[in-house]
Amino acid sequence: MANTTTEAAGAATEAAGHAAEAAGHAAKSAGMPQLDFATFPNQIFWLAVALVIIYLILSRVALPRIGGIIADRQGKITNDIAAAEELKAKAVEAEKVYQQALVDARGEAQRIVAEAQAEIQKDLDAATAKADAEISARTAESTRRIEEIRAGAARNVVEVATETAGAIVAALGGKADAKSVASAVAAKLKG
Amino acid sequence: MATEAHGEGLTFHPMDQFIVKPLFRDVAPGTCVPADGITEGCLKWYEPTNATLWMGIAILCIIGLFVLGTRGRAIIPSRLQSIAELGYGFVHKMIEDVTGKDGLKFFPYVFTLFCFIVFSNFLGLIPGALTTTSHVAVTGILAVAVFLTVTIVGFVKNGVHFLELFWVKSAPLALRPVLALIELISYFVRPVSHSVRLAGNMMAGHAVIKVFAAFAPLILISGVGIAVTPLSILAIVAMYALEILVAFIQAYVFTILTCVYLRDALHPSH
Repeated sequence: MANTTTEAAGAATEAAGHAAEAAGHAAKSAGMPQLDFATFPNQIFWLAVALVIIYLILSRVALPRIGGIIADRQGKITNDIAAAEELKAKAVEAEKVYQQALVDARGEAQRIVAEAQAEIQKDLDAATAKADAEISARTAESTRRIEEIRAGAARNVVEVATETAGAIVAALGGKADAKSVASAVAAKLKG
Repeated sequence: MATEAHGEGLTFHPMDQFIVKPLFRDVAPGTCVPADGITEGCLKWYEPTNATLWMGIAILCIIGLFVLGTRGRAIIPSRLQSIAELGYGFVHKMIEDVTGKDGLKFFPYVFTLFCFIVFSNFLGLIPGALTTTSHVAVTGILAVAVFLTVTIVGFVKNGVHFLELFWVKSAPLALRPVLALIELISYFVRPVSHSVRLAGNMMAGHAVIKVFAAFAPLILISGVGIAVTPLSILAIVAMYALEILVAFIQAYVFTILTCVYLRDALHPSH
């Protein structure tokens, strides 16, 4: 009994504990507070209230909202993917155009190069032909002059030989007419 | 005197945490003894109790998570909105997988059950809290509600064909009446197992924690406490971790069983 007085002087929590014990008096007879049937109507009433409130909050506000958010996100993702695909197609198209332009430019460049080469070839051919003509003209001229010189030289040889032969015949005391000397020299030169 | 001190030091009241009591008054001793016909001090059905308090806190948490948490309606969710969406997706997928697409019209109902149980279980882990889902009165009503829903939906949707649930067509004809009896019994036992599983799990863990907690102050009384006190504190921590797991798993189990029963109602043929 000394205990009870010290406890009474103790904390308010102790007192609350006592009250709880008193409240659980019926429970104790049953063994478990869960089987204290006196509390059942109360629990069931408040459970029903709680469930109805939760159901209304969830079905009226929370679930449509969350469902909407998820649907919105799904829609946005789908749209973004479609947009990305479109952009990708555009990029492919742009690259195709770029490649085509590149091919065109390359062809154009080759055409210009070929044209320039043809032009140069033409000029070159003309120049070559002109040079060839000049060379052949000069060759012909040179040939003619060589022939002339050769003919001059042969004539001179006949003249010198005739004169020399006449002089030799005269020196030897012979008398020779110019005509026979010349024929003799010609015969000798031919032989 | 020594025995008295001992009795005072180690008090085992592991079940006191489950007592439902009025919130704004104390029940005076002797005013509620139903056996003697004294009931004027007893709990009235409309009185706010600690059960009301913790159910109310659960409602506030649900509002906080699913209404305030999703206020932003953000495409890129905040943390709270992520959790809300995670819960939504978790239960939505569960119904879709277990019950089928036509079970989705019960989504708000199943989600209400799941939210109430999961929040009550976790709030019950706060020291000093009353775990409302540890009471068979609460889980019993939840299970009976599911049972009635399943039975009514089953008969409304399928008419007499709902009884095919008990007539196992894949079994030999001779065995079918026996199986029908077994199926019928198991059908009516469902709400019992459904509710007692949840309440029992929640109650047992909490009671065990309380028993270990009663051992903890032994060090103040006796020399054996040097060994017992750290051990009991360690055991409380371990049990608490386990209880966190159980709190979620039991909510999950209750919800998925609800989905399974709903599938029976919508597609009774095996």
